[in-house]
Amino acid sequence: MTPRARLVLGLGSLAALGALLLWAVGGLPDFGHPRGPYADLAPKIMLDERHVTNAVTGVTFDLRGFDTLGEELILFVAALGAAVLLRAQRSERAAEEAAAAEERRGPATTDALRALGAVLVGPVLLLGIYVVVHGALTPGGGFQGGVLLAGALLLVYAAGQVAGVQRVRPVALVEIADAVGAAAYMLVAIAGLVFGVAAMDNVLPLGTTGSLLSGGTVPVLSVAVGVEVTAAVTLILSELVDQMMLRGRE
Amino acid sequence: MFAYMVAVWLLLVGLYGVITSRHLVHLVLCLGVMQASTYVLLLAIGWRAGGQAPIFADISSRTPVVDPVVQALTLTDIVVEATVVAVLLALTVQAHKRFGTCDPDALGALRG
Amino acid sequence: MSTLQTVCLVAVAVAGTATVLTRDPLRQTVSSGMFGLTLAVLFLAFGAPDVALSQIVVAGVAVPVMVLLALAKIRTDERRSEE
Repeated sequence: MTPRARLVLGLGSLAALGALLLWAVGGLPDFGHPRGPYADLAPKIMLDERHVTNAVTGVTFDLRGFDTLGEELILFVAALGAAVLLRAQRSERAAEEAAAAEERRGPATTDALRALGAVLVGPVLLLGIYVVVHGALTPGGGFQGGVLLAGALLLVYAAGQVAGVQRVRPVALVEIADAVGAAAYMLVAIAGLVFGVAAMDNVLPLGTTGSLLSGGTVPVLSVAVGVEVTAAVTLILSELVDQMMLRGRE
Repeated sequence: MFAYMVAVWLLLVGLYGVITSRHLVHLVLCLGVMQASTYVLLLAIGWRAGGQAPIFADISSRTPVVDPVVQALTLTDIVVEATVVAVLLALTVQAHKRFGTCDPDALGALRG
Repeated sequence: MSTLQTVCLVAVAVAGTATVLTRDPLRQTVSSGMFGLTLAVLFLAFGAPDVALSQIVVAGVAVPVMVLLALAKIRTDERRSEE
């Protein structure tokens, strides 16, 4: 099929799809008046019964915690997939280039970049840990804080020498952290069965609203997800970067 | 209603970009635009007129808030977007290595 | 619907169209980042700070970095195959 014919067919189908979608969207409830009873119940349950002030994180880790288990495993599998796809190529040349890469040095980054990196890494790390730990209280949670922490590690790579960072970063430690995070979430989910209630139930003591340890299992799950997301994102980025690093610079 | 129309427009524009793409990475980013249309639709459904954000750290528990369940779904959606982009980029790198080109029209048939 | 929400929705539609119409992948990374940021402001206008935080972090940090690394890898592959 020629590109021209494909374009005409594509535009025609898009117009038909657009008409159908606009018709469908016209039947939704009025903008500004959500109809679901869940919308009224969820904040009430979160605040009064579970002592969690951030209703969204409470819903993510408590009411719909099983959903989040699947989502965390998606991230785990994506890191696995990227490693499988990109590591296979590395082994074929690893033998010949490993020795050569040792002697080659990456290009030295400018002093301004290294100074900026050194200054920013500490605050970004602290911000990431703060966002992960305060997931139950203020906007934040495991995912946002986890990617922030991975960003801090990426900053080290971007501001430092390429070859030096590769020697320093232990890939095995990141893989173990990934597995530990995923396993911790699953263990907390099974803990409900151990305590005699349904799985994924909130079994830890619910502290006072507004303190750091409120909400039972919600901050624990937030930290587990934070560790897992940091490790998974670092793995994915390191797979893409290692390809370049192994080649060295001519 | 305007919010729903913007969501439909983003979906159509993203799909047009995917259909007429000449570079695999351009295709992946247009897919991201399509995924963004679902976020806009979900949040527009959950919006309550006069509602606050569903964080009760400093507001009383009687104030009307927007729907937090839809926001939890959108959060999951955003994380899934990141993973989809990661795997698709790994596939793109492999496809370039195998076929020598990043043009979707020029990619050959799968070889065993 | 307030004026802020209308303005944000129009900005999102324009940024999305601009992202699709930019053909070069390297330039598209920048417009995709801008699209992500306008989306984050829209989410804030809709009362969703958690989602906005997630969107900023993913579409501003994770996705552009992955795309740039993949593009660099592709370019290094091309240069390597020419040798």
